[in-house]
Amino acid sequence: MKEYAKKSIKTATYLLWALGLVFLVGCGGEQKNDATQETALDLSPDNAGLTLPDGFGALKVADSLGKPRHIAVTAQGGIYVKLENAVDGKGILYLEDDDGNGTAEVKQGFGDYGGTGILLDKSGLYASSNSEVFRYKVDADGKVVDPASVDTLITGLIDRRQHNSKSIALDNSGNIYVNIGAYSNSCQKEDRALGSMGMKPCPILDSAGGIWQFRTDAIKQSYGEGKRFATGLRNVVGLDWNERDNHLFVMQHGRDQLHTLFPDIYDIETSANLPAETMYRLEEGSDAGWPYIYYDQNQNKKIMAPEYGGDGKKLGAEDIQDPIVAFPGHLAPNALLFYTGDMFPEKYRNGAFIAFHGSWNRAPEEQEGYNVAFVPFENGRPSGDYEIFADGFAGTDSIMSPDEAQHRPTGLAQGPDGSLYVSDDQGGTLFRIVYTDEAEQ
Amino acid sequence: MILARNFRTAQIAPLFIFLIGSIYGCGEKKKENDTHTKPASEQESEVPSPVESADVPEYMAEGQKVYAQYCLSCHQVNGTGVSRLNPPLKDTDYVLGDKNRLLGILVNGSNVGLEIRGETYSNAMPSFKQLDDTELAHVASYIRNSFGNSATPVTIGEVSTFRTKSENQK
Repeated sequence: MKEYAKKSIKTATYLLWALGLVFLVGCGGEQKNDATQETALDLSPDNAGLTLPDGFGALKVADSLGKPRHIAVTAQGGIYVKLENAVDGKGILYLEDDDGNGTAEVKQGFGDYGGTGILLDKSGLYASSNSEVFRYKVDADGKVVDPASVDTLITGLIDRRQHNSKSIALDNSGNIYVNIGAYSNSCQKEDRALGSMGMKPCPILDSAGGIWQFRTDAIKQSYGEGKRFATGLRNVVGLDWNERDNHLFVMQHGRDQLHTLFPDIYDIETSANLPAETMYRLEEGSDAGWPYIYYDQNQNKKIMAPEYGGDGKKLGAEDIQDPIVAFPGHLAPNALLFYTGDMFPEKYRNGAFIAFHGSWNRAPEEQEGYNVAFVPFENGRPSGDYEIFADGFAGTDSIMSPDEAQHRPTGLAQGPDGSLYVSDDQGGTLFRIVYTDEAEQ
Repeated sequence: MILARNFRTAQIAPLFIFLIGSIYGCGEKKKENDTHTKPASEQESEVPSPVESADVPEYMAEGQKVYAQYCLSCHQVNGTGVSRLNPPLKDTDYVLGDKNRLLGILVNGSNVGLEIRGETYSNAMPSFKQLDDTELAHVASYIRNSFGNSATPVTIGEVSTFRTKSENQK
């Protein structure tokens, strides 16, 4: 009996210790915003292979997740990942970091569809396939209440494979914006065929090649219930609502193959750099001009597309909206995020981060991109030139074709502490970039 | 950047020489006489006869030119294509298998969302019917024998037969 009592006391002591530990861990979880928590992060000594500005560090949150496209982070630091293809019937992964060291484990998988878009809001978790947008109810911690219970907000969007990802953004007035990419390079009669001229008017623009607006308080909406908010956008994968300026900003993927299709007008080098990848600040009714024009970042002009009679110099229509930022060609901007955190230094606040997936259309020239760029903003407008914020995702100095890259930045999200998360659909990696305020080692 | 490219060319050059050598190794003439004399033919290939080595570079050199002009921007310099968008040519059945299937894609184009090793490729392949039989034979043979691929070349006669057949089917 005595032995038994001793054992019981021992067990109770262990239990108390365990309980204490649970509390401690619980406290840690609550204090994610606290600066002391940062020291617990197991930062990579080589910044996970990334090149970052002084004072920044990085780590790999997770690896080999399949093909993560866009990502969303909860107020508690949980991470939702939208996969390009469902793996074992799971197209959305939910990860949590149990011990606060920065690496996270997959806790849950649901949603049997592949796709790109995902975002989290008090009103729910929104995720898109290549033709629909869904919403899941979430609790106060941003956790999905019942993965089997899902509302189909939007359905029947065009998916003809090319440019079919449906990226999404929300405003603060109950609207959701969906990119519907054009299933074409430049609206030729025969897509990407040598000598095939552009259709005028381009019939694709009635149902694609723009941003459509729908309501968040209605279900089963399609073209009839939504409206075309902006047109003339070939394909937008990165878009974000700017809270400061209350406008939707988008990054367009410019057209491909100027040299291949019009070798008499464009040489290989020119075609590797043109046209610009462009950022637009959209209003309802905005027209960015695709397919009739492209933006030449060297001439700073809207140039008539060769499929529509252009020769590399002739100007396009004047009433087309100008971009607010023009990047070099073919970098493939796959995510846009306005930074609203306070972890990063002042210059980054309210500025735009852009994840460049990296080019393929510069071949046979060297490929470019495979990085995260930054554009400073003031009062909702760019206040300086863009710079490369995070580089080295490719894992090699010179890259000739995309398959040589170890990582291709695809999605961006901001953590509750102001960390920047970057997803990669080549290596299946999630990166987390933090400001440590320590000079680079 | 220029330095890097030159370096790359220097890396690729031996590969081409190897490829040309290996094509010579599977020349059609030899195929006919092939009676399990592999070691002997490997030895032979070290000293190519002038006639045969002149035949082989035509497929490879001419095919490479066609490839660079029309195919490379999508399928890439190393034939690996672009994930999600443009299918690889390297180690794929549609390139290395049935020649008529390959010719069908080259002549008529393809927009079917080709699936290779679990990945779907979304971009449309345009028709290259404007190329003549010689150009098509060259480029088809080139892609069947580049990027680590090895398969019988496509002859001009095979392209012309394919075209006549598809014309008759219309």
